[in-house]
Amino acid sequence: MATFIVRRVLWLVVVLFAVSVLVFLIFFATPGVDPARQMAGRNPTAETIKNIKHEFGLDRPLPVQYGLMMKHIFVSRDLISYGSHTKVIPEILSAAPVTLSLVFGAAVIWIVFSILTGLAAAVFRGTVIDPLLMILALIGISIPVFWLGEVVNLVTQSRLHGFFLFSWVPPLGYTPFTQDPLLWFEGLVFPWLTLSVLYIGFYARVLRANLIETENEDYVRTARAKGISERRVLLRHTLRTSMITFVSLFGLDFGVLVGGGALLTEVVFGLPGVGLLTYHSLTSLDLPVIMTTVIYGAFFITLASALVDLVYAWLDPRVRPA
Amino acid sequence: MAEPLLEVRDLKVSFRTEDGIVRAVDGISFTVDEGEVVGIVGESGSGKSVTMMSVMRLITDPNVIYQGEILYKGRNLMQVSRDAMREVRGEEIAMIFQDPMTSLNPVYTVGWQIEEQLNEHYDLKKGQARRRASELLAQVGIPRPEQRIDDYPHQFSGGMRQRVMIALALSCNPDLLIADEPTTALDVTIQAQILELIKDLRRDFGSAVVLITHDLGVVADIADRILVMYAGRIVEEGNKEQIFYDPQHPYTWGLLGSIARLDRPKARRLTAIAGQPPSLINRPKGCSFRPRCPQAFDRCRAEDPQLTVKVGDGHLDACHLSVEDKRARRDATISPELADTA
Repeated sequence: MATFIVRRVLWLVVVLFAVSVLVFLIFFATPGVDPARQMAGRNPTAETIKNIKHEFGLDRPLPVQYGLMMKHIFVSRDLISYGSHTKVIPEILSAAPVTLSLVFGAAVIWIVFSILTGLAAAVFRGTVIDPLLMILALIGISIPVFWLGEVVNLVTQSRLHGFFLFSWVPPLGYTPFTQDPLLWFEGLVFPWLTLSVLYIGFYARVLRANLIETENEDYVRTARAKGISERRVLLRHTLRTSMITFVSLFGLDFGVLVGGGALLTEVVFGLPGVGLLTYHSLTSLDLPVIMTTVIYGAFFITLASALVDLVYAWLDPRVRPA
Repeated sequence: MAEPLLEVRDLKVSFRTEDGIVRAVDGISFTVDEGEVVGIVGESGSGKSVTMMSVMRLITDPNVIYQGEILYKGRNLMQVSRDAMREVRGEEIAMIFQDPMTSLNPVYTVGWQIEEQLNEHYDLKKGQARRRASELLAQVGIPRPEQRIDDYPHQFSGGMRQRVMIALALSCNPDLLIADEPTTALDVTIQAQILELIKDLRRDFGSAVVLITHDLGVVADIADRILVMYAGRIVEEGNKEQIFYDPQHPYTWGLLGSIARLDRPKARRLTAIAGQPPSLINRPKGCSFRPRCPQAFDRCRAEDPQLTVKVGDGHLDACHLSVEDKRARRDATISPELADTA
């Protein structure tokens, strides 16, 4: 266990280093990128640009610049954004809870509903329920999240807002949990549902396929031959082993979303999360923010995959280290 | 005579497929008495596994069609409710499967898997199931059972896993144990051990055993009675001596001729039975074995042979040849080297 953790932490460091170097190089290799010129405002003099370059260390050699940036992120934690001239770390730290709230809630919904849907489809195979559920799942996968989000907004915020079912929906935006838990919850219900639709569809289909495959395994037949109930065969034998794929998928998707992948949902619902921050920094080529969000994202993805490996070992004793 | 433990009456098992109805088992009848060991022999696709899976009602294919009766202790298992069937499974009739590598759930300890069955059928206190599981593992010859009980299936070798499967099957002291090719996936040396174990346990537990195999050599030692199946039907039935020393059906001769034997004077090539089993969708008229049978004559094409007593004393076969003809011809198939010298 200890070796596992040590190995994982080392791996995390390697990944973060590689990702940050890559982003850094891409940024400087991108043609037409001159952060100093952007910061200098309209029609800057050569003198201004030179001053800005010096001020932000942009006239130093690349490795030094990289080292300085890492120092500002990890050691002094006072990296300044090129765009807003504010400190980047606090910005990310205030955006992270928004994203985490969004993704955690959506994940709970998608896990519960995809398992229910997948199970139901597998159990009712051969009846009309199975293809019906699978078509619904396919629709869920196919609907673009930004379109669905806009439709949801249209319905809950304007057209049917007067209707009692939607009248409780607060205006777009985010209320911190610490400030008003109820408002936090109400404001996130529809973003959660919207974000989870795609994943419910996808995970339900994957789970159904796995369940059906596992159903043909010899050990499921053994379980039946033992005389245990169909319900127990399904939950303790078939579902349990089918969850192995499910969990590995979940870890990666979850990591990606926490790391900023829920961008579209955040934009549509006006949630100032990490995705939104990344998006803005990308449009303005704001390297400090890009760098920090990318490192943040890579951190969560690596962390999630380490957690997946742990859960995986718990689910499947065959991969446990002896 | 006492009522048999298991009586299968004119069982037909078919599967609906895109190509038509596949009749995997075509009207077979047999009995298993209490404590008896019955071997069912036949090649792949002859319907032996399907027959015994039907007894357990373990076929989950929704396209299956059953006809006939399966009487277990006088009760027709085809008609009992699902819940009643669950009580029969594991507790009354238990089954060992062919491949011990895949028959145990990889994510649970072997102890857990045995305890699950015990808890399903008995009201046991917490420690009791575990103690019993440990005893069972000891009985099937697993060393250090108190420690191995917490191991996962992948930590056991193939032979040891099959022992675990046997422990699992015997955990509720079933009256009938169905062993579906229990040694096919194992090394030859391990095969003998497992057969020996089944034999010993049968004595200790008093269960009747139905041993399914494609290898007559496997049943030679342990079966009281042998059924030879071909293309979904029983073609010959008799006790061990009858099948081995006075085989009546040319298919049985073929099976006997394809066993490697060390007690014969000179080594020879094993005789294979030429051809493939017939399609079970459109069964040809007449004897199913006719296309592969070197002895076939006109009557075999026209008339379906029935399984009847021809040589007496519980020895049945389904072949049109006269008993004299059979006795005169069979050695050429079973042991050609002896026939040559004679």
